[in-house]
Amino acid sequence: MATTTTKPETLFGKKIRRREDPRLLTGTATYVDDIKMPGMHHACVVRSPHAAARIKSLNVKPALARPGVAAVFTGADVKDLGPIPCGASLPGLRTPHHHILAQDRVYLVGHPVAVVVATDRYIAADAVDLIEVDYEVLPAVSDPEKALAPGAPAVHPQWPDNTAFTFHQEGGDITGAFAQADVVVKQRITSQRLIPTSMETRGVVADWHAGDKSLTLWSSTQIPHLLRTLLAGILGMPENHLRVITPEVGGGFGSKLNVYAEEALMAFVSMRIGKPVKWVESRRENFLCTIHGRGHVDYFELAARRDGTMLGLRLKLIQDLGAYHQLLTPAIPTLSVLMMPGLYKFKNISADIVGVFTNCTPTDAYRGAGRPEATHGIERMVDILAAELKMDPAELRRKNFVGKDEFPFQTATGLAYDSGNYALPLDTALAEIDYPALRREQQQARASGKLMGIGLSTYGEICAIGPSPATPAGGWESATVKIEPSGKITVMTGASPHGQGEETTFAQIVADELGVDIDDVVVLHGDTAVVQYGIGTFGSRGTAIGGTALYYALQELKGKVKKFGAMLLECDDVALAGGKCVDERTGKSVPFAQVAAASYRAMKLPPNTQPGLVATYFWEPPNFTFPFGAHVVITDVDRETGQVSIRRYVAVDDCGKIINPLIVAGQVHGGVAQGLGQALWEQAVYDENGQLLSGELTDYALPRAHMMPWIESSHTETPSPVNPLGVKGVGEAGTIGCSPAVVNSVVDALSHLGVRHIDMPLTPEKVWKLIQGARA
Amino acid sequence: MKRTIALSINGKSHADEVEPRLLLIHYLREMASLTGPHIACETSTCGACTVMLDGKAVKSCTMFAVQADGRKILTIEGLGTNGKLDPLQEAFWNEHGLQCGFCTPGMILTAKQLLNDNPNPTDEEIRKSIEGNLCRCTGYQHIVNAVKAAAAKAGA
Repeated sequence: MATTTTKPETLFGKKIRRREDPRLLTGTATYVDDIKMPGMHHACVVRSPHAAARIKSLNVKPALARPGVAAVFTGADVKDLGPIPCGASLPGLRTPHHHILAQDRVYLVGHPVAVVVATDRYIAADAVDLIEVDYEVLPAVSDPEKALAPGAPAVHPQWPDNTAFTFHQEGGDITGAFAQADVVVKQRITSQRLIPTSMETRGVVADWHAGDKSLTLWSSTQIPHLLRTLLAGILGMPENHLRVITPEVGGGFGSKLNVYAEEALMAFVSMRIGKPVKWVESRRENFLCTIHGRGHVDYFELAARRDGTMLGLRLKLIQDLGAYHQLLTPAIPTLSVLMMPGLYKFKNISADIVGVFTNCTPTDAYRGAGRPEATHGIERMVDILAAELKMDPAELRRKNFVGKDEFPFQTATGLAYDSGNYALPLDTALAEIDYPALRREQQQARASGKLMGIGLSTYGEICAIGPSPATPAGGWESATVKIEPSGKITVMTGASPHGQGEETTFAQIVADELGVDIDDVVVLHGDTAVVQYGIGTFGSRGTAIGGTALYYALQELKGKVKKFGAMLLECDDVALAGGKCVDERTGKSVPFAQVAAASYRAMKLPPNTQPGLVATYFWEPPNFTFPFGAHVVITDVDRETGQVSIRRYVAVDDCGKIINPLIVAGQVHGGVAQGLGQALWEQAVYDENGQLLSGELTDYALPRAHMMPWIESSHTETPSPVNPLGVKGVGEAGTIGCSPAVVNSVVDALSHLGVRHIDMPLTPEKVWKLIQGARA
Repeated sequence: MKRTIALSINGKSHADEVEPRLLLIHYLREMASLTGPHIACETSTCGACTVMLDGKAVKSCTMFAVQADGRKILTIEGLGTNGKLDPLQEAFWNEHGLQCGFCTPGMILTAKQLLNDNPNPTDEEIRKSIEGNLCRCTGYQHIVNAVKAAAAKAGA
């Protein structure tokens, strides 16, 4: 028995390389499409080529005659299965019945009409072409503002106004604020439809076990437990007969925070053919049938005093919902309303949302989910106000920030911001770029005919989503931690990470709390038969809520370990360090392996203590967390081509305490890439008939390596008081902070030409036309 | 009508009967059981399916298996030696050059070809060389760092 121990170095805040990486680097990880089972069949879905049509007839016989085709199912086969669920509830919400396969009508291009099941994926694809569907094409509408116009084609004939809901929220005295104002600035601002485009498309394997009437379903999802509950409802199956496994998931960004028709459809197919079945989405299907993001037309009005004091903000928000509600579709724009005051202290707001049906892919949560749209709006409006008042945009922001001594700060939208020091990242970023010198350079550039812009955004966001009363499902998260009889440690987290690195971050937390080697810790997730009920990974909640659940589980476990340790060392209390229980008075110690073995062997138990070393904790957060930061972007705009070049990108983010700086940097870079994608390149383009023109990766401008600027990323650290780790969340920050900084920079470059606003994406054509217009 | 192909994959000989229309990526994943190379677009725009064919990085979704007859293929599974990671794999690990990992096998093999051709690439050259490989997670910055680190280590 050792008599001395050294306290191991704590891992909180250290750049620990990720423990999930070796399997990913060697090609030995298992994603859904890598699963192979004896007797496995392959499914291919027949989809509508029309955005609106009546199905006059459907002939599946030629497909069934193709050798290798096992079955074809159509809408009639699944008409009694429950609808694809919408988890959002808003007063008066109109929810169309969302069948797994189309019944007599299709509502969007890509609408599933039938499924072909074959022994081979090539045969299944061949057979899709043999299915004869006779459509009567109907008029469609793809633009949300046109859908609201009188006489527009009705997406759902029972609701000719195409309005799914209206929603009003008000705080403070908006009429008074506008009455007092010296100046009111107004602007229509769009946040275009985006396609999330995780590199791994969706995929499902379903395996029915007739003997015990149970089903195992592998799905590339962010929410295995919620999927299991909701799928059981769709299938009319006891939840405990269903096991959902998320193997490796190749990115989600919100698009896999959902329940999709194909998940239910594959379960149904496997039950019917009595064999395992696999369906993997093609990229074309991914663009048509997995949710899109954004899709806002926003009308903002900002009221202020002549000295720059902001008084109130009005918003009319038109949300393009698409043809159906997916899991959270109608709830997303309500998040925009919550975030609309940004980091500013004015207390008067009014928002009106109109949720509009179009014959397009449903919109839902995509990285930031409502907050990027709101932040883009307020940060653009602040710049427009600064231009109107001829004030420096940094100065105007500082004047209106919630002060660092004003936390918790109650917003007009009903939130309580937890902690912050909003001027700090802004000042840090401006010092980094030497702001005054750049402004002087800009003057000189203009004098010589060059177009150079400096753009800021000071963003806030709502993370750690969220307290249960504020979320459609529970907002808590769960963790189980156990010390195995050999002393090794296994964690089961209800969060279901898919690239965020929580197998590493959580192991860091365990290593620190128990004083053990990180290599003795394994973190399991994403299997409903292995992990206690959990919520999932989205809304920058994994570490802030899942990590906190783990922290509290560890506190319980430590108590138990100490009891066994003290019993073995025959003392009153022990400390945990270096993988041992230590009697600090005598220096005597006993290794965890021995403590664990004794706890399971249970020859003797401490008073009132059960055998074994396991603790489970379900943590309900008392509040959201509210990260913030400042992004500053310097752009050069080519007068002749309209091309925007980013000279410098400086991001100073405050996500509370940082557990692993490598992972946090990765989240910021990736987030900025998606924000830049929206600002400069990406756009889901529909024609007036509802055809998705940007329907493949060849037509959708995803950021590539040579398009990305170097991101100069640094942090301030303002701990959150909401959880004991002091963490806030960082998954969406980069995306939220980015787009307004870029657009503000380009508008700044063109402001002396009379340009006040440009809608995204800032394509060379659009920018060039503005420059030409100013010359004319 | 099926055809017989014989090829070397990761140093091992393979001979299989394949349909002429079978894509190389499907042959590798489903017949050779090498699921490291991934499918993410089927239009040769994303690079997730990249493997090395006779020492050159190719997109295996845009080749037929029969075109690989008599050739030498290296997939990510064959990159390390004797259970040791290749310096590029090690550098991607150290520099956090991956998140969800789906693009990683293709990205590493494309970077492998770059370093074979140009052992000391600039940032600009690295970015140009991997522009045919999409990553939606990292913003590419840590990937650039990883390729630089691997190059520096090889040159050291």
